[in-house]
Amino acid sequence: MKDKQIPARATKGSDSVDRLVVLPFKKSVEISLKSIRVRFFRSLITTMSLVLAVSFLSFVSVSTDVANGLLSTQEPRLRQALIRSGYDVRPEDTTLGSTPKQRWIVILSLLVCVVGIVNAQLMAVTERFREIGTMKCLGALDRFILRLFLLEAGMEGLGGACVGAMAGALFSLINALFSFGTVAVTTLSWTDIALSTVSAIGVGFLLSLLGVMYPAIVAARMQPVEAMRIEQ
Amino acid sequence: MAHPRNIVRVSKVTKTFQLGKVEVRALQGVDLEIASGDYISIMGPSGSGKSTLFNMIGGLDKPTSGRVFIDEVDIAQLDAYELAWLRCRKIGYIFQTFNIIQVMTALENVTLPMIFAGMNNDAAVAKGIQLLELVGLGDRFRHKPSELSGGQQQRVAVARALANDPAIVLADEPTGNLDLTTGEEIIELLKELSQERGVTVISATHDFKMLNVSDQVVWIRDGRIEKIENREELSISVGQIGVRE
Ligand SMILES: Nc1ncnc2c1ncn2[C@@H]1O[C@H](COP(=O)(O)OP(=O)(O)OP(=O)(O)O)[C@@H](O)[C@H]1O
Ligand SMILES: [Mg+2]
Repeated sequence: MKDKQIPARATKGSDSVDRLVVLPFKKSVEISLKSIRVRFFRSLITTMSLVLAVSFLSFVSVSTDVANGLLSTQEPRLRQALIRSGYDVRPEDTTLGSTPKQRWIVILSLLVCVVGIVNAQLMAVTERFREIGTMKCLGALDRFILRLFLLEAGMEGLGGACVGAMAGALFSLINALFSFGTVAVTTLSWTDIALSTVSAIGVGFLLSLLGVMYPAIVAARMQPVEAMRIEQ
Repeated sequence: MAHPRNIVRVSKVTKTFQLGKVEVRALQGVDLEIASGDYISIMGPSGSGKSTLFNMIGGLDKPTSGRVFIDEVDIAQLDAYELAWLRCRKIGYIFQTFNIIQVMTALENVTLPMIFAGMNNDAAVAKGIQLLELVGLGDRFRHKPSELSGGQQQRVAVARALANDPAIVLADEPTGNLDLTTGEEIIELLKELSQERGVTVISATHDFKMLNVSDQVVWIRDGRIEKIENREELSISVGQIGVRE
């Protein structure tokens, strides 16, 4: 069957289905996990800026949740305590949002973190030119390489964002305990806290995918000769 | 029409590299026909264009002009999927620098092309172990490349090149980074493969040990083919070299 197809095939026909190269999803995950494990230290550094930015994001939103919890008690004493610790609570306010200044700082830190990821991933791609070229010589398609890089970054991003979001939330709660006492923990809405944490994780995950996009495309477009020529 | 037995046909291939304003003409019109099952050595001094020709035949680079046919299919006509399929199924590559994927074990390196070819994992592992035994690394398949010697890494590369039973094994200076005995062992291995499995072996080299095992030697100089010698003619000229020394 195959022998029949090989000669004189200037145009591709319906039989080209037989000639597909594949990389099953499970195998891609396996390879990406291995890559992360082998280069654990490097992955850690790549993820570090993400962890910090996400923990800052989650710190800010969980602190807002705590403040809202305190405010909802409508006790003047707690309202005073909030004002003392730096919140702008006007007399008519019943809920608090994050201030524009806070939002700017969070956005800036997330931007810086994306730039950091792009930078670190570009370096990782350069380091792995030969590996990429070898895979292509073995028959890997562009999208296998793309998928491997996206999976790797996605898993790193998810892990990093989880750690960051948890740490940020925890730190914010501890901070609240010290400033306002146990009342901070008893009045707050745990649903809000969970929501803040999960959305911080989601943002971190998306940012790490965003950051790896360009480097992964560079890697995938690499011609095997170019990749092989680079001396290590 | 060309002879159907020619598994590789290179027709008027030129390759020019643009280095700033300077043009480097690495290949200046190469015509070559390689019969199926032969062991071919491409010999020539450094910079003569061996690796460039190797890349053309292997579909790793495109000629500036001229055509390369594998099994009478012009590889310039193939799309990305078909080219990947060709690299995966039809051609096995062996490099001077081994190019074993460092983060994977010997066995994983050998099974990767089979996974790409759509083989299921268990079958690939079984065949991978068999191939590693064939190249004499039966007890080392869980090792990482960094735990293997150069010669052992090159054996892994040989096993990997054979993973999908390719019709052609392309080797660019496979012994270039190996010592004398290890190099000889690799050459012996390639020779056995070409004889027992009928694989066409095309090897770029400046290692004279290769001459003894080759069916045909293609001498290349300054991007042109200088002469093509068959085995019989060869033993005479090698004999003469021996006499002169
Ligand atoms: N990417 C490139 N850009 C510019 N010039 C190149 C490139 N690749 C090869 N060349 C030039 O083409 C010529 C042939 O190179 P090639 O690598 O094919 O030689 P070779 O015969 O394999 O040499 P060696 O035995 O040292 O490996 C050389 O002059 C080299 O400088
Ligand atoms: Mg070379």
